[in-house]
Amino acid sequence: MRKFREFIIEKLILICGLASIFFVVLIFLFLTKEGLSVFKSVTPFNFLFGKSWYPISEPAQLGILPLIFGSLLVTLGAAIISIPIGVACAVYIAEIAPLKIKEALKAGIELLAAIPSVVLGFIGMVTLVPWIKSVFHLPTGLTALSGSIILAFMAMPTIVSIAEDALYSVPKSYKEGAFALGATHWQTIYRVLLPAASSGIVAAVMLGIGRVIGETMAVMMITGNAAVIPQSILVPVRTLTATIAAEMGEAVVGSEHYFALFAIGIVLFIMSFIINITADLFLHKRNR
Amino acid sequence: MADISVNNLNLWYGDFQALINVNVHFTQKQITAIIGPSGCGKSTLLRVFNRMNDLIEGVRTTGEVMIDAENIVSEKTDLVSLRKKVGMVFQRPNPFPLSIYENIVFGQKVHAEGLTKLKLNEVVEDSLKSVFLWDELKDKLNKSAFTLSLEQKQRLCIARLIVVKPEILLMDEPCSTLDPQATSRIEELMRELKNNYTTIIVTHNMQQAARVSDQTGFMLLGELVEFGRTEDIFTKPKDKRTEDYITGRYG
Repeated sequence: MRKFREFIIEKLILICGLASIFFVVLIFLFLTKEGLSVFKSVTPFNFLFGKSWYPISEPAQLGILPLIFGSLLVTLGAAIISIPIGVACAVYIAEIAPLKIKEALKAGIELLAAIPSVVLGFIGMVTLVPWIKSVFHLPTGLTALSGSIILAFMAMPTIVSIAEDALYSVPKSYKEGAFALGATHWQTIYRVLLPAASSGIVAAVMLGIGRVIGETMAVMMITGNAAVIPQSILVPVRTLTATIAAEMGEAVVGSEHYFALFAIGIVLFIMSFIINITADLFLHKRNR
Repeated sequence: MADISVNNLNLWYGDFQALINVNVHFTQKQITAIIGPSGCGKSTLLRVFNRMNDLIEGVRTTGEVMIDAENIVSEKTDLVSLRKKVGMVFQRPNPFPLSIYENIVFGQKVHAEGLTKLKLNEVVEDSLKSVFLWDELKDKLNKSAFTLSLEQKQRLCIARLIVVKPEILLMDEPCSTLDPQATSRIEELMRELKNNYTTIIVTHNMQQAARVSDQTGFMLLGELVEFGRTEDIFTKPKDKRTEDYITGRYG
């Protein structure tokens, strides 16, 4: 009887374990099936490198290059803002801050991670957007830059906490060794600790960027959603994610437009897959 | 080169007194061994001399430690120049996760800027020669220091230290992770180096103390029980506790 119970429990756990893989495969298959259908009406080249996205004009133009540029520009901007600040913050928490400040900062970072993206987007919309409009004398403050700034806030918690963890797990003996040779604290940090933690820090950055590239709600609210190839960071852009979210509701099921949105999903999936794999490679390098 | 004079030194970790009224004089060009059972404060004493204890929170010291007429336990001490003068070799070899070359020039880069490549190459060659690693490693200077054997790592750490031109070498059980042959080669190196430095070695290996040192101090529960010439300590100890320890009654 007891053996039987063990057997049942074991199998149940096995099924739960397999379920997650099963669903991922299912989602992937569905995404592929629906997404690839778009290539009946547009070639993969024209889809990826086409310069205009007019899905409901007649005939529909389904080029996602402006959307790819939009996503990359916003992500790049967010990375440029969040990486230096995030890594510096991690160094401060791991190395410099006194215990009390350290605790307060870590709690603050966790709190930042807990803010829902729609709330960040909303705050950005009422504070950041008007500010950017007036500072740069723009016709609208809904720009790639606004998106980048808000997304930087969303990437920061990931970058800080993982980079801090990487710095913290650098063996104390390196620090002692550097101090014993007469290195100052700062020399120790940038000559020994940062190189020693580099793979963990790269992983932190990649995971932060992974979060940014998949983010939807905040960017949809504050980047202006104009599907044109951006000439600067001070113009409205439309990202891959925002396109799906904004248009899926009104696309006719089974239409070209509908399939194109799924194909965008595939592009996004591949992008974040590559980023996560890179992050994983670096994390494993660190653990080896 | 510098002597070290320790006068009425006390040290607390929070409420725990780890060093109790230590008075001792270390002489240049000599190797002094500090022996004693685990937890007797010998490593703590060693770490006073380069202020490594500062890394631990709640450490408090009284008394004075004079090196070149400067009381190095005072608040005003410039730790960078102190640690340049007083170098340390650790129990576990701790090369940085950098190349062999970068490990050695670390000290140079930290203390002097704008050195030419040529000068750095010279430094690397000299220091590796002085720890007898040059012939083994001259063709793989750009390899990671982690590819070396434990003994080579420890030699590299000594080479890295010599570059900074210290006057005092502190060695905290430098052979405890090494096999007997490697140990004897490192001891050989200590003897080679001793004429240029004031060397203090902490060890719980009494035979090692007897082999390499000129003077020996025995510590127990934070006190320096006895200090004198190594032969005297090992053949005719004055204190009963020293005798018990070296004859193996405890420890």
